[in-house]
Amino acid sequence: MLVLEDVHTHYGKIEALHGVSVEVKKGEIVSLIGANGAGKTTLLMTVCGNPQASSGRIFLEGREITREPTAQIMRSGIAIVPEGRRIFSGLTVEENLHMGGFFNTKTEIRKSQEHVYELFPRLKEREHQRAGTMSGGEQQMLAIGRALMSRPEMIILDEPSLGLAPLIIKQIFEIIGQLREEGITVFLVEQNAHQALNLADRGYVLETGKIRLHDTGKNLLENPDVQNAYLGG
Amino acid sequence: MAANNFRHALFCAFITLIISYPIIGFNLEAQGINVTLTGADASTIVMVLLAALIVFLFQMFREQIMGGLKSIPHPLPQSNKEPMAENRRAKIESWVLTGIVIFALFWPFLVSRGSVDLATLVLIYIMLALGLNVVVGLAGLLDLGYVAFYAVGAYTFALLSQYTGISFWLALPIGALLAALFGLVLGFPVLRLRGDYLAIVTLGFGEIIRILLNNWTTLTGGPNGIGGIPDPTLFGMEFGRRVKEEGNTSFHETFGIAYSGEHKVIFLYLIALVLAVFTALVIRRFMRMPVGRAWEALREDEIAARSLGLSRTAVKLSAFTIGAFFAGFAGTVFASKQGFISPESFVFLESAIILAIVVLGGMGSQIGVVLAAIAVTILPELAREFSEYRMLIFGAAMVLMMVWRPQGLMPMRRIHIELKRQE
Ligand SMILES: Nc1ncnc2c1ncn2[C@@H]1O[C@H](COP(=O)(O)OP(=O)(O)O)[C@@H](O)[C@H]1O
Ligand SMILES: [Mg+2]
Repeated sequence: MLVLEDVHTHYGKIEALHGVSVEVKKGEIVSLIGANGAGKTTLLMTVCGNPQASSGRIFLEGREITREPTAQIMRSGIAIVPEGRRIFSGLTVEENLHMGGFFNTKTEIRKSQEHVYELFPRLKEREHQRAGTMSGGEQQMLAIGRALMSRPEMIILDEPSLGLAPLIIKQIFEIIGQLREEGITVFLVEQNAHQALNLADRGYVLETGKIRLHDTGKNLLENPDVQNAYLGG
Repeated sequence: MAANNFRHALFCAFITLIISYPIIGFNLEAQGINVTLTGADASTIVMVLLAALIVFLFQMFREQIMGGLKSIPHPLPQSNKEPMAENRRAKIESWVLTGIVIFALFWPFLVSRGSVDLATLVLIYIMLALGLNVVVGLAGLLDLGYVAFYAVGAYTFALLSQYTGISFWLALPIGALLAALFGLVLGFPVLRLRGDYLAIVTLGFGEIIRILLNNWTTLTGGPNGIGGIPDPTLFGMEFGRRVKEEGNTSFHETFGIAYSGEHKVIFLYLIALVLAVFTALVIRRFMRMPVGRAWEALREDEIAARSLGLSRTAVKLSAFTIGAFFAGFAGTVFASKQGFISPESFVFLESAIILAIVVLGGMGSQIGVVLAAIAVTILPELAREFSEYRMLIFGAAMVLMMVWRPQGLMPMRRIHIELKRQE
């Protein structure tokens, strides 16, 4: 579904990704773990075309998107929950969701909105509240909900558990599992390696802009190197 | 802390002294062919010292003064209240606006000609501010050269009337569309820039247009401007004493009433009113449409908006172009009202005043913009006796406003306190 072939990404002169190859197959949950500054966000943003890869190729459903503008990529059945949520804090919850379905018809929006409210009943309760006044967990739910509004075939999540309490994290991971049941392909970036790998079919370990390891989620969890570096021994 | 304060206050007072003494104190006087510099007389020196003292005292007790200012109860709703439901707000706003419009329709028949003339100017500013509101308030693009599009509209009408004898009604859409075209063409390279950079480039653009108008003497008449711009007609009826254009009739003869100069003034006012209402309604429509939400989303968080598939350029450009369109509209009306235009009407100060209206009104809200346009246009007129201090009073009012109510008279979205809660 999503294929990265030897992707390099630069910020100005500095290279942040040194030839990364990743594949996410249809219906999978793939987790990408790595320390702070490893280049996880850069990798995801490169998929979205902002910044664009300086070399290498990226395919979405067989179509090359390496040089496509962000707006076009993001309308191709892929949605991202960006790092730090980035909800529209001055808009209400409902308005945020409607922004997510910007390119869909009214009926589609109504349907997806109901679906999001089923997944996150909390959002329904706060429908008319300004999004910025909600708690971190609720904002994260809104960010995921907003991404789902475009009815994507694939969803990319950048550290959805960041800064949240354990109970909320558990909920979020449950929802991610549920998304797979619905046939949505998930590409999950996390520092929370344990839960991310537990949930994942396959996983990648990114270190300073390079893929170090690649295996099934289960194997990675049992890998002593991974345990030492990312699971606290 | 206190010592620090004292030093700071002393410094400010000193700066006041060294700035104001040469500016106010020295006089250049022409005596025959020689220019002599005379020093300040005693009373001026006293005034300068007094000013320095005031600055010193203010800086010394700044905290207390500002605290006192803050504790004045706000006459308008507090900013931290839960916002009213959007549809209720919108309903109230529509009712109030309708009321204002109905009142405005009858009003010119009750007051003097001078007031109607001033009100027409207010309406032109309302149009301008509503247009700029789209760019700054809704899309969050700081445009300091907005007056350029106003000039394009005005000069389009002036030039077309001079060379082709076009009528107001035909010039209106042409002026607006041409201004929009300018917005589109200029916006394209400029809108990649963000924040301050965009502000500076638009500022430069505004100046370029003005300088061009000033120096392209063969076409625009340069500083002498263009005169003889025709008044609007009503179905071919002119409002002058004598008919100027072949084939037109005159208003007062058609209706068999005595000629009065007031007819024309009121007619122009009503045109401006209709156009201002049209502007408000069209922009309201845009705000409800997806493109309106896209403007807001891009203003709130550009990365998030782009991640949802919105094209940054398209969204920004649409706001820029629509804003320019209504500036062109206002420009045409202005040219017709004045009958004469010159580059002097399109200086940076105009951009600043329009921007001040938008900011004072509360970014994004239409009633706020209307109220602020009235205040900003009429207050200086009322303060005519202090005409030398008009800008000073204006500036002071802006500063006080920003201290006391930074979100504007009627903010579109109430700023709210973010609740930090335990998960
Ligand atoms: N906008 C940027 N400009 C320049 N360097 C950046 C930018 N964003 C990230 N970087 C650098 O790229 C590297 C990878 O960052 P990032 O992708 O954010 O890592 P992660 O998401 O894994 O924490 C870091 O060294 C970071 O400093
Ligand atoms: Mg990151």
